[in-house]
Amino acid sequence: MLKEELTIIIKELLPNAVIEEAGEWLNCSLEASEFKQAALQLRNFNQMPFDFLFCLTCVDWKTHFTMVYHLRSKKTNDNIVIKVKLNRDTPEIDTVSDIWRTAEFHEREVFDLFGIIFLQHPDLRRLLLTDDWVGYPLRKDYDDPINMIKL
Amino acid sequence: MVSTENKTNQEFPGQIHETAGGGIVLSKLDDVINWARSNSLWPLTFATSCCGIEMMAVASAKYDFSRFGFEVARATPRQADVIIIAGTIVNKMAPVLKRLYDQMADPKYVIAMGACAISGGPFFYNTYSVVKGADHVIPVDVYIPGCPPRPEALLHALISLQDKIKMGMTREQIKQSV
Amino acid sequence: MKTMVEEIGKTVEGDLIINVGPQHPATHGVLHLVITLNGETIKKVEPHLGYIHRSIEKMCESLTYRQFIYTTSRMDYLSAHINNHACAMVVEKALQIEVPARAQVIRVLMDELTRIASHELWWGAMAMDLGAFTPFFHAFRERETINDIMEETCGARLTMNYNVPGGVMADLHPNFVERVKNFLKLYKLKIHEYDELVTGNIIFQNRMKGVGFLSAEDAISYGVTGPAARGSGVSCDVRKHFPYEIYQQLQFDEILETAGDSFARYMVRLREMNESIKIIEQLIDMIPEGDFQAKTKAVLKLPKGEFFQSVETARGELGVYIVSEGGTTPYRIKFRSPGFSNLSALNHMTTGEKLGDLVASMGTLDLVIPDIDR
Repeated sequence: MLKEELTIIIKELLPNAVIEEAGEWLNCSLEASEFKQAALQLRNFNQMPFDFLFCLTCVDWKTHFTMVYHLRSKKTNDNIVIKVKLNRDTPEIDTVSDIWRTAEFHEREVFDLFGIIFLQHPDLRRLLLTDDWVGYPLRKDYDDPINMIKL
Repeated sequence: MVSTENKTNQEFPGQIHETAGGGIVLSKLDDVINWARSNSLWPLTFATSCCGIEMMAVASAKYDFSRFGFEVARATPRQADVIIIAGTIVNKMAPVLKRLYDQMADPKYVIAMGACAISGGPFFYNTYSVVKGADHVIPVDVYIPGCPPRPEALLHALISLQDKIKMGMTREQIKQSV
Repeated sequence: MKTMVEEIGKTVEGDLIINVGPQHPATHGVLHLVITLNGETIKKVEPHLGYIHRSIEKMCESLTYRQFIYTTSRMDYLSAHINNHACAMVVEKALQIEVPARAQVIRVLMDELTRIASHELWWGAMAMDLGAFTPFFHAFRERETINDIMEETCGARLTMNYNVPGGVMADLHPNFVERVKNFLKLYKLKIHEYDELVTGNIIFQNRMKGVGFLSAEDAISYGVTGPAARGSGVSCDVRKHFPYEIYQQLQFDEILETAGDSFARYMVRLREMNESIKIIEQLIDMIPEGDFQAKTKAVLKLPKGEFFQSVETARGELGVYIVSEGGTTPYRIKFRSPGFSNLSALNHMTTGEKLGDLVASMGTLDLVIPDIDR
């Protein structure tokens, strides 16, 4: 489906989203409070259910975090990108592991490396680092003078 | 052709005298034990990352290592003689490696295979979780450079380890003599 | 570990918690599984990861766009060439570099050879896990032939860093075409041995049929891609849905099986090897003349923005996501690795089955742990 048609459909489905046209796929920015509702709507959309979450990650922009979700609809092979901006001091967002089961592991990894709390996640623990690790390594202000060499 | 000199390669260490009714073998017990030990080292199956595939290639038919006596690869450290550290060691894996090494019975030998096990390799700069060299955790006997080293390099290392064992001194003796 | 104690507290009387790994011959790397058993029946499988977490994503933030490609060879090292291909393509997409036709054909040829080599090793290692040692040597015989072909052209057997943004690093060796044709002849002679040794064996069939069932909806929800999803009937081949390089002009089938059990996933991989042979046969005589590398600047600076590219590795869909701020190093790189999502379906697939079936299910998922931990 062409990007223009997709833009119209998504604007109708999610009226509160801010759509950006630049980039390869459609980027929708949402607020954290309405994210879960929008995710459910996208998943249950009859015309093209977005049932395949293929990438869940976080980007640290030094003043805030941005959660990035890449979704695909298996029926029509369309891709969209959802972005949610989070506060740096209290980074919290609703979990989507009850909508897409793959998010369980992905959110644990983001919690491990960035420190974002996912509300109502069934089992939020560190995944890749040791249990007693202090700090969140992939943040831009992670301080490790021995290993990180600033060139 | 029977050689009666004590060479440090595959020949039997000692003098063999052909006499009537059999023969007489004269040697030092240490030499014979070292020779037997070096020709039947059993490796532990320990492969963390890419070098493990080259170790499996050495185990297969083209670069066979069973002709040197290494065929029986044991899964449990209690029955293994040599641990070939093939792959990167990270902070979470280091206590596991130490525990495996402690469980092995003496005399035990360690081969560090690949650049990651020697010094952290390509993951030396700007990584927060890699142990920069397996010798920070356990003492190493033979180092093999390469990323990954060719199977012939691993065979060369195994032969060097055999020579080191035939020389006769254990690691503690070498440390004390220096 | 704190979590193990919590686990013990939650179990019912009569449950047994055992550890499989991290050092174990059947886990294909350092995977630590904490399995809750009731007798021999599995109640819960919990993977503990991180034993080979080498912080590649953080490290790539300080490497330039020509350097970071080489760290991806070490992630999923069995499809190292395909990983490098994805990274080179993302840089080319961002800078809008056009890759010459000769380089595209060379890349696809090397991709398919790597896919065959990876499936060979999967087959040999899985048979070894299920107790048969002979198929391991048969598999390595073919794999060594492919490694020799790669070594002549690329210079290395396993981590061949042959892709650069703009094309490939060096031209093909003059012997390449002849050696690949000899390999194709040898492969066709020997492929029936695979079916005779393993596929038709009644013991293997009983161990794999009906074991590790994964339905199509669960496969999509868990994000499973690659042969593991195609065994459940989910059509997800990136080469068909989002074609890249010259895949659109090639004739090959996407193998789908509907049974969803371990035997279906096994047959998908075995037949995929034949499809890769078909692709190589279509290309080997028609490699176009021309440049093997497009002219690019020495220092690459990506424009500000975000770029994503997926490829089909031997394990599934690998995605490379780069966020760039306009400098010479990326601001954030994320690798969407296929093994990470495939592993999350393991608990769902094996709950309720016996412990011996866990090895068959894990074998058909084809996990490479450095790919999961990055």
